[in-house]
Amino acid sequence: MDRIPILRMGSFLIVTIQVDMHDRLALALQDDLTSKIAQTEAKGVLIDISALEIVDSFIGRMLANISGMARILDAQTVVTGMQPAVAITLVELGLSLPGIRTALNVERGMELLRTSLASAGEPDAEDDDAAFEA
Amino acid sequence: MPDTLIVDLITRNESQLLIEWLKTIANAKATREDLIKPEDLRAQCADVLRRLVQGLASGSQNITDAAYVELRDVLDSVSRSRAQQGFSPGETATFVFSLKEPIFHTLRRELDKRPEVLANETWNATLLIDKMALHTMESFQRSREEVIRRQQDAMLELSTPVVKLWDGILALPLIGTLDSARTQIVMESLLQRVVTDGTDVVILDITGVPTVDTLVAQHLLKTVTAARLMGTDCIISGIRPQIAQTIVHLGVDLSAVITKSSLADAFKIALARRDLMVVKRKSAAAAAATTPTQSAH
Repeated sequence: MDRIPILRMGSFLIVTIQVDMHDRLALALQDDLTSKIAQTEAKGVLIDISALEIVDSFIGRMLANISGMARILDAQTVVTGMQPAVAITLVELGLSLPGIRTALNVERGMELLRTSLASAGEPDAEDDDAAFEA
Repeated sequence: MPDTLIVDLITRNESQLLIEWLKTIANAKATREDLIKPEDLRAQCADVLRRLVQGLASGSQNITDAAYVELRDVLDSVSRSRAQQGFSPGETATFVFSLKEPIFHTLRRELDKRPEVLANETWNATLLIDKMALHTMESFQRSREEVIRRQQDAMLELSTPVVKLWDGILALPLIGTLDSARTQIVMESLLQRVVTDGTDVVILDITGVPTVDTLVAQHLLKTVTAARLMGTDCIISGIRPQIAQTIVHLGVDLSAVITKSSLADAFKIALARRDLMVVKRKSAAAAAATTPTQSAH
């Protein structure tokens, strides 16, 4: 069965969705991601959906669910690279995803995660940053 | 055979009919010499008459028949050019209806000894010219609608410019009423620019929007939400006092959006978001000595 890979980078997890999401895949991602957050004690999750062309209400809700679950597990979620057509579709579906933070691309998404973790007083984030740049 | 009779009549009196037709048009004050030259009008009339004779020669009096295809083409082109030249519908209709009088005159002159045939032919001619006029008016209307549609399209294109104010700052000055179709186009062009430019902040300026009702507010919020989903901040600016009053009276919740009364204020906020600021030139030199004034990303 296909699975979406989850990459670990410091205290962040990165998920890039590069295939058309069908419902089973989405549910599998939910399972994998939550267990991975618990396992690695990740502080931030970045989901890149720049290759996602088609969304439906289920996928939209799944994104909201994942971010909710991550928050409970003490990790912040950023969704990046949403295509204009996808954004319009979600808005027309009435899914404004109020709990989700967004960024234009992965670079800015990482920046957003770092700054928000730094301002939340997570010493990890700063260390990570330093370690990463070193 | 009544059909051949009228063909014969019109063919024989073609030049006479033309002169009388032009006279009738002139009497009806529908010549509009400011819009069309007399010789052009004369050529048009002659053309229509000639095609009419051609059509009648087929023996049919139904102008939707294949024999009348040329007549229909001529009428189409006449009415199209009139719609563009700015003739009124009445003047265009008068152009065709003016043909009635000369034809009736001719019929009466030629058939005054046979009242029954005269009545018959008059009725046939009336039917024929009415149909011609109807056809003309229909295509006149069509070309007018075409003009309107083209203008609408042009307006839609003109009214949704996305302006780049600074690196990463876009402004969208909205002018005119926002309806669903326009919101869709605005949203699409804005979001496309957000992707290509890598925009941080978008300023929606509604100075040019005359009224804001619940629907317009909903459209604005949709645009803001879509931009947010893509990771861009939205600021709504140009909110006039009356509009602020209506928004509150309508119970529209804009608390999720940053609102400013002027585009300048919104721009200031946008610059602050990008860690930029505007300083006076004189103090800039002094400030530059101590701290950098612009720290661009």
